[in-house]
Amino acid sequence: MGRITFPIGPQHPALKEPESFKITAEGECVVEVDIRLGYVHRSIEAACCHRNFVQSMYVCERICGICSHSHNNSFARGAEVLLGLEVPPRAKYIRTIVAELERIHSHLLWLGVAGHEIGFETLFMLVWRDRETVLDLQEMISGNRNHYGMSTIGGVKFDLTTEMVDKIRASLDILAERVAYYKHVATTEVTLLKRVENVGVLSEQLARDLGACGPTLRASNVAYDVRAAIPYDAYPDVEFEVSTSDLCDVLGRTIVRVLEMAQAINIIRQLLDKLPEGDIQVRARPRVPEGEVVIRTEAPRGELFYYLRSDGSDKPARVKVRTPTLANWPATIAMLEGAYVADVPISIASIDPCMSCTDR
Amino acid sequence: MDNATTLMPLFYVLIFPGFAFLVAFSLLAEFFDRKVYARLQNRQGPPWYQPLADLIKLLGKEDIVTDAADRAMVTAVPLFGLAAVVASFLYIPLWTADWAFSFTGDIVVIIYLLTIPAFVLVLLGWYSPNPFGSLGTSRVIAQLFGYEVPFTLAMLTPAIVAQSWKLTDILRYQADHQWFIVLTPIAFIGALVALIGKLERVPFDIPHAKTEIVGGPMTEYTGRKLALLRMMFQTETVVGAAFIAVAFLGGPYLFGLTAGLEGSFLGALVGFLIVMLKSVLLILILSLIKALFARLRIEQMVRWCLLWLTVPLLIQILAVVVL
Repeated sequence: MGRITFPIGPQHPALKEPESFKITAEGECVVEVDIRLGYVHRSIEAACCHRNFVQSMYVCERICGICSHSHNNSFARGAEVLLGLEVPPRAKYIRTIVAELERIHSHLLWLGVAGHEIGFETLFMLVWRDRETVLDLQEMISGNRNHYGMSTIGGVKFDLTTEMVDKIRASLDILAERVAYYKHVATTEVTLLKRVENVGVLSEQLARDLGACGPTLRASNVAYDVRAAIPYDAYPDVEFEVSTSDLCDVLGRTIVRVLEMAQAINIIRQLLDKLPEGDIQVRARPRVPEGEVVIRTEAPRGELFYYLRSDGSDKPARVKVRTPTLANWPATIAMLEGAYVADVPISIASIDPCMSCTDR
Repeated sequence: MDNATTLMPLFYVLIFPGFAFLVAFSLLAEFFDRKVYARLQNRQGPPWYQPLADLIKLLGKEDIVTDAADRAMVTAVPLFGLAAVVASFLYIPLWTADWAFSFTGDIVVIIYLLTIPAFVLVLLGWYSPNPFGSLGTSRVIAQLFGYEVPFTLAMLTPAIVAQSWKLTDILRYQADHQWFIVLTPIAFIGALVALIGKLERVPFDIPHAKTEIVGGPMTEYTGRKLALLRMMFQTETVVGAAFIAVAFLGGPYLFGLTAGLEGSFLGALVGFLIVMLKSVLLILILSLIKALFARLRIEQMVRWCLLWLTVPLLIQILAVVVL
């Protein structure tokens, strides 16, 4: 059979956001992949440089609709370093709780999308139903389901009341049960296993060489997690394991994400138990002293990198963001070459790509 | 010839049990399928008239044919496929073993007519300039090798046991002895699984896997032509289910309900309702399977079908012939 070239994207049912993959296939086997980025470039950096720090923080939150808190929090932390502010412990705890809730909601979303990519619509529907539990919590805490606007320079915007803490605990019990169930499904369901086992293989060496990050890296048996490597916010105060898998395939990535959800529940429970009393915010001056800072955060998709530079005015001089998806693209290309056409969507989805993050 | 005898065949073909009834019943079956599927996924599901509304919507949409496509072919082929499926329905005895259209070899004709939708898809993909159409076409052909052999083997098993190529004789044999689901259970399972492949339903929805190749051979089609193609698959679902219900589940016979009513209108009505009930039960099984599985890859599907369907079916046929 001759070669056939077809596009996946920028408009394709497998992709939720516009990005283009030009696939050359021989029969059902992929021989070449060409990737084109930049369809949703929104000039975030330029937009930030024309606004003051507080406004820019909210612009940055809009980089992503799923891991919004990671962006918002990273920017706030960067500005705090430049301003020399010490954030109250209660604010740090609340930030971490929201970040871990976001991780659960992001991983549940991913699990549903993965089910959809391999034609397992029932998994998609059930997982997204359970995801509502987390979104309800976020709405209760911040008033919004996705763009919480939780962190602000010098602390957090909203406090947790006792009733909220009780509600979070109750919801976590439900989630823990569902996560245990999904772990069972992901490791035993026959047709699911047939579609994820030995698919999108990324060896440990290749993962290191190509600079993969986040769950993609951890599923290739590299125990690297920014939360453990350079703990920030309230992470120094909690105990958790870095979830890894030595399977190096889509199944490994599924297991890592499910385990991370269980760890996130564990982390939130510890934080709720130890939640300190006190203020949630300190005052920040609008003018930020001259200087530059690099902030690294473990977003649900991997290591998020922020570079901020201030020239002493109330507007940032540079805001450089490197999102985890961008770091994972080379690894994705490596997974796709030589794979079956049928495995292309699930392999792309397995890194949990966020195109809008990548293009900014 | 008076008017009644001239008009009756037309009535059979166009109204009942032909085209009009088949379309109405398939819309109802589609609603049932979608509702069950939705409830299993913790969703509300569509209202009963949704399949009809979808059909009317598609019929009312703009009819687009790309310049690169062969207009005559693209227009004729969906009609051809639907006609084949509707024709095959006439040969299935729906309420009695004294079926007017029955003849020796009708079971082969039904199997043949039910194969045509696959070739319709092949032609559609072939005449469409879309790369997803070409990929879909190659998958349709590959899948055809996977399910067609088991389906034919499975449907021929009752014929071999009853020693007749006539569906009504198979029905009589079941009335006299036992249903074929009991006598040849492997053939029943084989027929049902192969039917899933034929209907391109989960886990064998590979030729039009939307997250991989958009719509497969149907990618370029819209409006009336898409409506006809959808109708072709919906009616094929009903025909396939009724075919298996008659060949394996004893057709209109159930606990002797129709005993003593042979030939009467009441007997026909009860028998007909029983066949419809059994078809709906089979569609229920298809819906459950749809909710339970993920989509397989094409090479997994073909290998699985040849190994786990064809081989047991051959063994069963061998056993039947030897015994």
